[in-house]
Amino acid sequence: MPATPSLPAHVLAAPIDLNGPGHYLNWGVIQISVANLVVIGIMVLLFVAAILLPFPRKRGRR
Amino acid sequence: MSTADRAPTDVPDEPRNWTGALRRRLLRELPPDRLLPDSQPAYMASWIYLFGVLTVAALAVVIGTGCVLALKGPTWWHLSSVGHYVNSMHLWSVELFLAFMVIHLWGKFFMAAWRGRRAMTWMTGVVAFLASIGTAFTGYLAQQNLDSQWISTQAKDGLNSVGIGAFFNVMDFGQMLMWHIVLLPAVIGLLTVWHLVLVRRRGIVPPIGAVVPGDDAEAVVDPTPDQEQEEEQP
Repeated sequence: MPATPSLPAHVLAAPIDLNGPGHYLNWGVIQISVANLVVIGIMVLLFVAAILLPFPRKRGRR
Repeated sequence: MSTADRAPTDVPDEPRNWTGALRRRLLRELPPDRLLPDSQPAYMASWIYLFGVLTVAALAVVIGTGCVLALKGPTWWHLSSVGHYVNSMHLWSVELFLAFMVIHLWGKFFMAAWRGRRAMTWMTGVVAFLASIGTAFTGYLAQQNLDSQWISTQAKDGLNSVGIGAFFNVMDFGQMLMWHIVLLPAVIGLLTVWHLVLVRRRGIVPPIGAVVPGDDAEAVVDPTPDQEQEEEQP
């Protein structure tokens, strides 16, 4: 069922089809879903960015 | 330096009842200018210092939406559009809460944030993190869908094997709901308040090697053995 009559369903659909079993990666005993790996990757990027990016500074601060 | 020397509020003429003693103790341990400071050292102007307060902000949304969900009940959050929206807010704020908390934890780990008599600040954070994992897990079980039933049966044997199966019965929905909406949130709430009070009391942890402004703070970076000992006493 389209979300709104005026727009085709694929415009508002999730960019990744979430209806169905998840995708999993395996390295020996380690198994992780792609979704969790993506979240962890984003968190690592955010952490590195928080360390490296300059913070806007107010003049006259100690 | 003795405790009496640094306590200007300790006036001998004041009544020696327990409320007065408690008031003097609180003022000594957490003076208002330290509880609500007007400025922070320059090294706080870094994005990595943002994740602690982001975690608290996400927790506030989690608690707010959780209270609404608990009051309105499953029929509301499953079948009404507003209920669905609040339920989704609860889920996404939890996702952000845990993500921000993990990044905060990474930052503080690599900063060795337990330096300068901040061991209790670190430990309250660690235990709050563990309690958050338990709360997220019981929240998953409270959904009562196929996933949550599968996870509860899988987790049952694991929890029995570590000897807490009698206290923490994942097959008992009512018990899991109570852990999720009362017991574990109470633990997280109290630990968060304690953690924040300790952050204000000890000051934010400086980056390794940073020069700390002020006389008091210098002792925080490199406490002498005497100060360490004095601070550890109850």
